[in-house]
Amino acid sequence: MSPPHSEENVPENAPEHCPGTESDQAGKASACAGCPNQNACATAPKGPDPAIPLITARMASVKHKILILSGKGGVGKSSFTSQLAFALAHDEDSEVGVMDVDICGPSIPTIMGLEGEQIHQSNSGWQPVFVQENLGVMSIGFMLPNKDDAVIWRGPKKNGLIKQFLKDVDWGTLDFLLVDTPPGTSDEHLSVASYLKESGIDGAIVITTPQEVALQDVRKEIDFCRKVNIPILGLVENMSGFVCPNCHGESVIFPPTTGGAEALAKEMNIDLLGRIPLDPRIAKSCDMGVSFMDEYPDSPASAAYEAVIDKLQARFQ
Amino acid sequence: MSETNLSGVKHIVLVLSGKGGVGKSSVTTQLALSLVEKGFKCGIMDVDLTGPSIPRMLGLDGHQVHQSSKGWVPVYADSKQNLACMSIGFLLTNKNDSVVWRGPKKTAMIKQFLQDVCWGELDYLLIDTPPGTSDEHIATIENLKEYSPDGAVVVTTPQGVAIADVRKELSFCKKVKLPVLGVVENMSGFVCPHCTECTNIFASGGGEAMAGEYGIEFLGRVPIDPGFTMMVETDGDGSYVNSFEKSNLFPIFKTISSRVVELTPSQ
Repeated sequence: MSPPHSEENVPENAPEHCPGTESDQAGKASACAGCPNQNACATAPKGPDPAIPLITARMASVKHKILILSGKGGVGKSSFTSQLAFALAHDEDSEVGVMDVDICGPSIPTIMGLEGEQIHQSNSGWQPVFVQENLGVMSIGFMLPNKDDAVIWRGPKKNGLIKQFLKDVDWGTLDFLLVDTPPGTSDEHLSVASYLKESGIDGAIVITTPQEVALQDVRKEIDFCRKVNIPILGLVENMSGFVCPNCHGESVIFPPTTGGAEALAKEMNIDLLGRIPLDPRIAKSCDMGVSFMDEYPDSPASAAYEAVIDKLQARFQ
Repeated sequence: MSETNLSGVKHIVLVLSGKGGVGKSSVTTQLALSLVEKGFKCGIMDVDLTGPSIPRMLGLDGHQVHQSSKGWVPVYADSKQNLACMSIGFLLTNKNDSVVWRGPKKTAMIKQFLQDVCWGELDYLLIDTPPGTSDEHIATIENLKEYSPDGAVVVTTPQGVAIADVRKELSFCKKVKLPVLGVVENMSGFVCPHCTECTNIFASGGGEAMAGEYGIEFLGRVPIDPGFTMMVETDGDGSYVNSFEKSNLFPIFKTISSRVVELTPSQ
């Protein structure tokens, strides 16, 4: 069994004489018989995607597009994205948008206090749901009739929705569009990368926790970014230590057994933007849908967030 | 039914969550080791293709798989061959390489994993899944249909944002008619080693409340144990497989695995 290879026009474990996944003969050539991808190749549309120019037109009024990624689940992508959004939107002159492309587990509506909200359509497209005048959000979370319903979609359907988020949402003029992603390196990530290729992605913020089991997945995410030419703005180490609210003793909950994010940043030649400690009030704020930094500005975690966000803002000055 | 590679597997249990990072892989690992400690033969199939964590947890990083005439031979985590494992992690030449696959390719790989690994005789095959309710989950359920999996152990952390995703997973289980054996609430409280005060870093009680609401068994609460992360990241002789019984969490998983055994009676 040959090792898996990333998606290219002729995948490494394709049958012999594979015509290439983008070819007119894809899925239809005799060599395609028996290939597990045959149906997908035969039914996928060929040629340039007509949606791309429409997406590029929408994105023309968006100054900076930033992805928040991790290979690993549960490291705090959504909590970081929302905190960054709240902080950027403090400047009333700054227009901020958050696009949640986690289709199966959309956390952004809850974390930003927008549970139960619905999307409205206008002549100019889908309207984002606004947290405040200069902070708009789009998520599948707003489209589910019952929030407990599972969204059991295969890749192509997820891609279709992401395309719509980019093509049909009337984001207006934005200074920042933050894209919150699910864990992994799959359809959602490939779709965002390919749909935004023409309009350009400013970069990705990669989130990790300190332990090797997380770093392993994050290395893969960094590899993905390099494969699809997404610049990496930097690495954030979340859940980096814990200060007991009772005795203020410090503990390490996710030990950086292989040097944590600092070592990974050096290894992969990327910036370590900062380290954010655990504070039980962060989870609480996420559940309540409020900005942790605004509620608890004296927390060491707030100071840590501020340091990271200041660094990022400086990049875009 | 003709003889297949899954014919010798007595019980199939999926470990699911809607949410990422709640500890599916660590619960799968501890549950498997607990079952092995009870004398059962176990296998773990890791169908998280983009973020395979199981090899590291079993101290099997860097191992490779071999082919036999019957199919792929799983990697054994212990010398007595009571714990077998298969993961895409074993197939990567460089563990930093991303596996950037769209749905159809992931579906095809999972089908191969389920059909072509010669597990032999197993009491329990635990299937560790990635978060979500998408291609991997659909493919796993579809390919296991004829083997009637016993059910799913659903893992959550206590806070609302996790519970919200796990409710979706329960909805998925209902839709595909997969029985839910019970809920494990992970990262449930942290006892400060300096003052023994317990802090609920990720809130508290959400898992038990949800289980009650859905009429599902609450299998137990697993606290945060930094010792676990240290133990699980050690390779070789010191690996978790060999040190599991010294873990603070061992007694909890002894109870959880006993309950899982009770809930999966042999036909």
